[in-house]
Amino acid sequence: MAETTTQASQRLILWLLLAPALIWLLGLILLPHLDLALLSLRERTGPGEYAFGLAQYRTFFSEPLYWDVFVRTATLSVIATALTLLLAFPIAWTIAKLTRGRLSALLFAVCLIPFWVSETVRTLGWMILLRETGVLPSLLVTLGVTEVPIEMLYRDATILVGLVYTSLLFMVVPLYGSLESLDDSLIEAGYDLGGNGWTVLRTVVIPHAAPGITAGCIVVFMLTLGNYLTASLLGGKNSLWFTEQIYTQFITRFNWEQGAAFGFLLLALSSVMVWIGLRLSGQRFSDVMSRT
Amino acid sequence: MTAVRTRRRVALLACLLSGCASLANAAGGTLRIITWADYVPADVVAQFTKETGIKVEVALSNNEEIISKLRATRGAGFDLAQPSQDRILGPQQEFGIYKPIDLAKVQVDRIQPDLLATVRRNATIGGRLYALPYVWGAEGLVVNTKRTQINDYLDLCRADLRGRTSVRLRRPTLMAFAFAMGKDPFALYSDTKAYTALMEQVGARLIACKANFRFFFDNRDQLLNGMRSGELHAAMMWDSGGWKLNRENPDIKFIAPKSGALGWLDTYALPARGKNEAAAYAWINFTLRPEIAARIAKSIGNFSAAKGADQLTDPVLRAQFAASFPEGFKSVRWYPAIPPGLEEIEGRILDRVKAAK
Amino acid sequence: MTTFDLEAKGLSKHFGTHTAVDALSFGVERGSFFSILGPSGCGKTTLLRMIAGFVEPDAGDVEIGGRSMRGVPPNRRPVNMVFQQLALFPMMSVGENVAYGLARRGVRRADRERKVDEMLERVGLPGSAAKRVDQLSGGQRQRVAIARSLVLEPTLLLLDEPLGALDLKLRERMKIELKQLQAAFGTTFVYITHDQSEALVLSDRVAVMNGGRFEQVGTPQELYYSPATPFVAGFVGANNRIEGRVTSIDGDLVEVRSESGWAVHARRQGALRLGDAAAAFVRPEVAVLGRSMADLALAEPAAVHRGTVESLLFDGANSVVLLREQASRCEFRVALPQTGRYADLKVNEPVLFSFAADRAVCFATGSAHG
Ligand SMILES: Nc1ncnc2c1ncn2[C@@H]1O[C@H](COP(=O)(O)OP(=O)(O)O)[C@@H](O)[C@H]1O
Ligand SMILES: [Mg+2]
Repeated sequence: MAETTTQASQRLILWLLLAPALIWLLGLILLPHLDLALLSLRERTGPGEYAFGLAQYRTFFSEPLYWDVFVRTATLSVIATALTLLLAFPIAWTIAKLTRGRLSALLFAVCLIPFWVSETVRTLGWMILLRETGVLPSLLVTLGVTEVPIEMLYRDATILVGLVYTSLLFMVVPLYGSLESLDDSLIEAGYDLGGNGWTVLRTVVIPHAAPGITAGCIVVFMLTLGNYLTASLLGGKNSLWFTEQIYTQFITRFNWEQGAAFGFLLLALSSVMVWIGLRLSGQRFSDVMSRT
Repeated sequence: MTAVRTRRRVALLACLLSGCASLANAAGGTLRIITWADYVPADVVAQFTKETGIKVEVALSNNEEIISKLRATRGAGFDLAQPSQDRILGPQQEFGIYKPIDLAKVQVDRIQPDLLATVRRNATIGGRLYALPYVWGAEGLVVNTKRTQINDYLDLCRADLRGRTSVRLRRPTLMAFAFAMGKDPFALYSDTKAYTALMEQVGARLIACKANFRFFFDNRDQLLNGMRSGELHAAMMWDSGGWKLNRENPDIKFIAPKSGALGWLDTYALPARGKNEAAAYAWINFTLRPEIAARIAKSIGNFSAAKGADQLTDPVLRAQFAASFPEGFKSVRWYPAIPPGLEEIEGRILDRVKAAK
Repeated sequence: MTTFDLEAKGLSKHFGTHTAVDALSFGVERGSFFSILGPSGCGKTTLLRMIAGFVEPDAGDVEIGGRSMRGVPPNRRPVNMVFQQLALFPMMSVGENVAYGLARRGVRRADRERKVDEMLERVGLPGSAAKRVDQLSGGQRQRVAIARSLVLEPTLLLLDEPLGALDLKLRERMKIELKQLQAAFGTTFVYITHDQSEALVLSDRVAVMNGGRFEQVGTPQELYYSPATPFVAGFVGANNRIEGRVTSIDGDLVEVRSESGWAVHARRQGALRLGDAAAAFVRPEVAVLGRSMADLALAEPAAVHRGTVESLLFDGANSVVLLREQASRCEFRVALPQTGRYADLKVNEPVLFSFAADRAVCFATGSAHG
């Protein structure tokens, strides 16, 4: 009897503790999404008049432009995620395994540098650096690498560089966590039993770090997919990022219905990609989330 | 004693319920304006606050954002907005974000009658007026005469200007190019089909021209920097930006294109659920005073709609105007009000231009 | 002529100013069980890692199977290691762990599986290939770790305190299993431990290491009965230590008198002169106990000492009685006989004890030995 009352009160306490999170979840995430879902299923029939319909989704599939941008955004996000992983892995490895104390802290700080200024300032910094009359092109001319200053902005490669730079930390942290927990003797055992650098990486390090890798990739993929500023400013006239489309629909076209539909398509895309990622790496969502 | 306290408590409750934040303020309260950069100079605000006790909060924005923000709150959050005169009718019919102007509360005789007539033509719904003119100017071309010579919008697409020009990826560009192609888009506003066909033509022209555009500019500074650095040789720009560049570098000139400059006219409009209407009217009347209007015009670099302000305008600006518009304002075309639905057609075209390789 | 599977030649390793391994030279005979016994921090792991190739020696060379290992990376050495924490791969099954080295050598899958099954059978884990590592008990993991190395048929198997993490009971059992495994496979084992009992039970030869050097290398019996240095005498087995000065020398036998005036006789190890500072070591099981002179009839009367019982430390077969020598109040331990006699000793009871001088050893201390 006494036990059931303590259980009941414990459950009550649990609910009370969860309440802020639940209210937040419900009020700020679930309800707006529901609202958006309803919005995306409306079509305009006259001034201020709307009816239920799938026109917004039809537009997406019938207008190749939107579909192209969608695919392009997904592809570039995947590439940016892969590049970030390739770049972050050696950094995380160095911090976790090769350095101690002061030096690791310094390396972490280097990854943090991008976040000392706001994304806008950072992106504008890139623009100053890379524009035709900017620092880097003039430097290349001075060094005799190019004859005339070349425009480095408004290229896909530039977008990728910007995205990778912005995402690096979000990959390094989970990677560092999972590499740190890898016992050095496992690596040595791999070598001792005849493995070389590559096979030890493949058979010992990567399987151990898989949850961290997956977590980092999911976070970075979501971040790049949802990135607005970097993609649109560095990409210039050809940027074509899907979030930009959503922004345009909402703000400059006043077409909330279309924007809401695009938002849902993006949500679907990221969910599908995360699912594929988990499938490919054989990870469970809960394991991965505990790593982030 | 108790009565006072109760009343205060009721007021507090009402305040909480209505979500107001500034009831505690002095008599005049606060005036919240959503407007463009430079439209509300700080010294004018200071004088206004000194005279009336009303504080002024300014949010900087542009036409689309003004409409979007007011749409999101169904006309709340601001007491005064300053959209362009052609962007009132459509959004008002669609979203009902403004309330009519009570002309009895405004010193109408201080407004230039021809500008008021233009706004009356475009912003009257159901016999009621929804806006008053504030500032006007024209959109044309800015060109670095040291580098090139151009006359009209289509010159931006000349082969020798590859990668050296810029336009906004917005509706004024579509209008300007349509006129430059010898068409009149305004005449087709009510004919959706013909208008769509015309816009498709314009879109195709812009796509063909895309290699010439270094970037599509989003804000004034981006374009000004491009012209200053020499990365751009010519661009579509509005007059004040062009004259600003001209003051810094006389080689850069703002010119009226051969096909005609497009005139814009920004207004005062009252958001439907603005709270401090009295303050809004006070501000309108205050800024219609010729000397105040002239100061505002100087801050913006354009011309005021208030009577008598032109005489007080900066002589440099007047000289620049004379140079850019040798025939005066006869060649300027005013935008008619945009009927609802039109912008969706244009939006699709603009997206295509953006996506084109 | 003996063939050495492992020969170290002047191996040294310094960490900063600290010398972890100090110019070591030794050989390990083919097929033998060689232990390195020493206190924690004496450089055992460093030495083993130099043999395995994970640590580059500052000086000297390692030869394995007669071949110099200079410049040979760990994965190319005919050596395998059982790590202190075993280092089984947690994300692989037992079978995959054992097959790991074979796969790296490019052995085909079918052969691999056959060999893995064979090996698991030989270490007493038949049919465990599909199990996860964390499903095994500590002792079973131990065997998997050894199987994983032995399946590669290395010239030399290095083991770094592999029993350290096990509880006492299991450790006792694994000791026996290890010995049996080594005998069955005939592989040369180099075994590191700080536990003298492991070293004594398992090894053919034991090196006692201290401060980066070997104090003595020999069979367990030699170490036990003829320690070459006071360190070995003190480290291997529990020993009574009586410090003092040499007061008489009679051939190999010397008399050492402590400052408090207790004189004992012991066999001399190394050079000793009259008046030298010295320490005598007497094992508890060498001393015998009696209540009266009659009980110690076999002992020379001169070698009979008097004491009082301080406490009884009952530990089954290893029970001892802690005494204080009557005059000097020096502490002395005597093993209790297995017969159960003297189990009724009372605290403060006066007793007699004695030990044969030739079964106690005496070393010079001070200047001669640090
Ligand atoms: N990588 C290293 N860097 C610095 N000192 C070390 C390193 N490895 C071992 N040492 C030091 O060398 C000494 C011997 O260590 P180790 O070989 O691990 O001893 P054992 O295995 O006998 O306990 C210790 O004092 C240890 O602190
Ligand atoms: Mg060790």
